[in-house]
Amino acid sequence: MKKPTTLFSTLGKIEGLTIAAVLVVLFGAFMIAAPRVFLGYQIYGAFLQTVPPELVLAVGLTLVITAGEIDLSFPAVVAFSGFLFAWGFSHVGSSLVGLLIALAGGGLVGYLNGFLVARLRVPSIMATLASQFFWYGVTILLAGGLQYNMPQLQSDPIHTILTGRLFGVVPTEAFWSLGITVLFWFILNRHVFGEAIMFIGDNPNVARVMGIRVEATRIKLFTVMGVLAAVAGLLLTSEMNVFFPTQGEGFLLSVMAAVFIGGTSIAGGVGLIAGTFFGAYIIGSLQAGVVASGIGGYWVQLVEGVVMAASVVLNIVIGEGRFGRLSRALRRWTTAPDAQSSPEGSE
Amino acid sequence: MPEAPLDADALRFVDIEKYFGLVCALKKINLRIRKNEVVGLIGDNGAGKSTLVKILTGVFPPTSGELYVGGKRIDLKTHSVPKAHKAGIETVYQDRSLGDKQVLWRNFFVGREMLLPFGFINVKKEKAIAREIMMTTIGFRGEGITVDSRVSELSGGERQGVAIGRAMHFHANVIILDEPTVALSLKEVRKVLNFVHKIKENGHAGIYISHDLQDVYEVSDRFVVIDRGEIVADMEKKEISLKALGEFLLEYSHGLKDKKEL
Ligand SMILES: Nc1ncnc2c1ncn2[C@@H]1O[C@H](COP(=O)(O)OP(=O)(O)OP(=O)(O)O)[C@@H](O)[C@H]1O
Ligand SMILES: [Mg+2]
Repeated sequence: MKKPTTLFSTLGKIEGLTIAAVLVVLFGAFMIAAPRVFLGYQIYGAFLQTVPPELVLAVGLTLVITAGEIDLSFPAVVAFSGFLFAWGFSHVGSSLVGLLIALAGGGLVGYLNGFLVARLRVPSIMATLASQFFWYGVTILLAGGLQYNMPQLQSDPIHTILTGRLFGVVPTEAFWSLGITVLFWFILNRHVFGEAIMFIGDNPNVARVMGIRVEATRIKLFTVMGVLAAVAGLLLTSEMNVFFPTQGEGFLLSVMAAVFIGGTSIAGGVGLIAGTFFGAYIIGSLQAGVVASGIGGYWVQLVEGVVMAASVVLNIVIGEGRFGRLSRALRRWTTAPDAQSSPEGSE
Repeated sequence: MPEAPLDADALRFVDIEKYFGLVCALKKINLRIRKNEVVGLIGDNGAGKSTLVKILTGVFPPTSGELYVGGKRIDLKTHSVPKAHKAGIETVYQDRSLGDKQVLWRNFFVGREMLLPFGFINVKKEKAIAREIMMTTIGFRGEGITVDSRVSELSGGERQGVAIGRAMHFHANVIILDEPTVALSLKEVRKVLNFVHKIKENGHAGIYISHDLQDVYEVSDRFVVIDRGEIVADMEKKEISLKALGEFLLEYSHGLKDKKEL
């Protein structure tokens, strides 16, 4: 006997829906507060250009946090890979060479992080903190502290592919970052690598006795994070046609905020890529939204703090069933009724 | 002890030693376990029981020694958890068997997933088989538990049920139960013990580790006592009653105490 599936039960199974609702409410509020800006399309075009690098970083960081680790070095990789790209383009004269060495450089930094964490047992917070100082240092030294202006990049095919404008308006990086999000949703939820990440973050001892190669998986994970950070660095550098040695410095906290707003828990074991996607757009639109609403720039951080706290609490209420009656009421709407029906067939 | 032909052994440890740094956890362990036999492994905290189990299951290698499963020598240098699984060695731990925050279907197949191309998981197939294991092998009925439930929603007994069902499903040659009944209610302990009886009925060998002597006595055919990394007694159930076994262990530990005090 199966009870009919209700609308709510179906919706409740969709990952990230809670946080998508927060994004919709937020945009709704902005449309009311600043109709001139938020009913036009330009502002959304701007978001599609500013959010992608942070989204790519946040997707990678979601995996890292799901595995029970942290990476603080990705802002430095954004700078280092940006430098490698700019150097390849300016000194070798090939944007393709620049792209390849940037990705390889990001992978190398990630691999070294993974090696420190998995083989030398340095806690990831320390290993990647050291690594972020080191690679910013390397970048500044190699670049001689100078920025690279690359107006010629504007007409380069790599620039067009990475950060061109589809139909003259839609930034292509929006598609790249969306594609990466979808790909990594499947990797986390449908691939053995993702399953290994979840079990390691849940309990590394269980993972080990079940035959997961814990250390190898951690190294792979940090390497993937490094490559994704390089992709973010490429998108940023290519979009602006400029490399500067301190680029990426503002990303650390906002990217972490995007992951946590999306409902991924710092405790590890569970990661919500879809939540991260909406979290990144929430973080990416808050500043512009608050300023455009005329509340004033001084309020931006305060509003960011409130939205973040509210999202995290909302995720806890719905996800973990705290706060007794409220969460039970919410759950009754959102959990599938067939979970309660008897699996015994009819006689 | 009468010497049986070697291929009658489900399991044979030869001179297994294990050092953690300078600490010796196992000293020259020699142990044979026949098919259709459940061996109760008894010993104080830190005696080395779990260490022996972990060597067998490929979690870490011994410092030296040899291991035979079903008459075949296991290459301990390349031994690993997946290889132990392939050799038909299944383990049910007190607390290390299942990922708490993960759904049940993942727990059944983690480490040996059913794959589609490129390492993607065949979720549909895994779920269908997991459902089958839960209904028939474990016998979960109407408890509101589905393959999509998370382990954290299950009671202690139900968790062991899942771990045991998994071991049964994968046709284990040797099933090791390392303190599977810790923190379970009497009713749930009963379920676990019933399963251990089934191990023998199906012609498999088992190793049962528990600090509850009564449970160990009930399910085992033979008792092996380990103390500080050494086997100090090995006796058949026929040779000793529960009471005598208890008295032996008590006297033994007193004997040790006296020695220490000298
Ligand atoms: N990974 C490890 N590193 C260092 N020492 C270890 C490790 N694992 C076990 N030991 C040591 O080896 C000895 C045997 O431990 P083991 O876990 O095998 O005991 P046990 O018989 O299972 O005890 P219990 O009944 O408490 O489970 C102990 O002294 C323990 O401290
Ligand atoms: Mg133990």
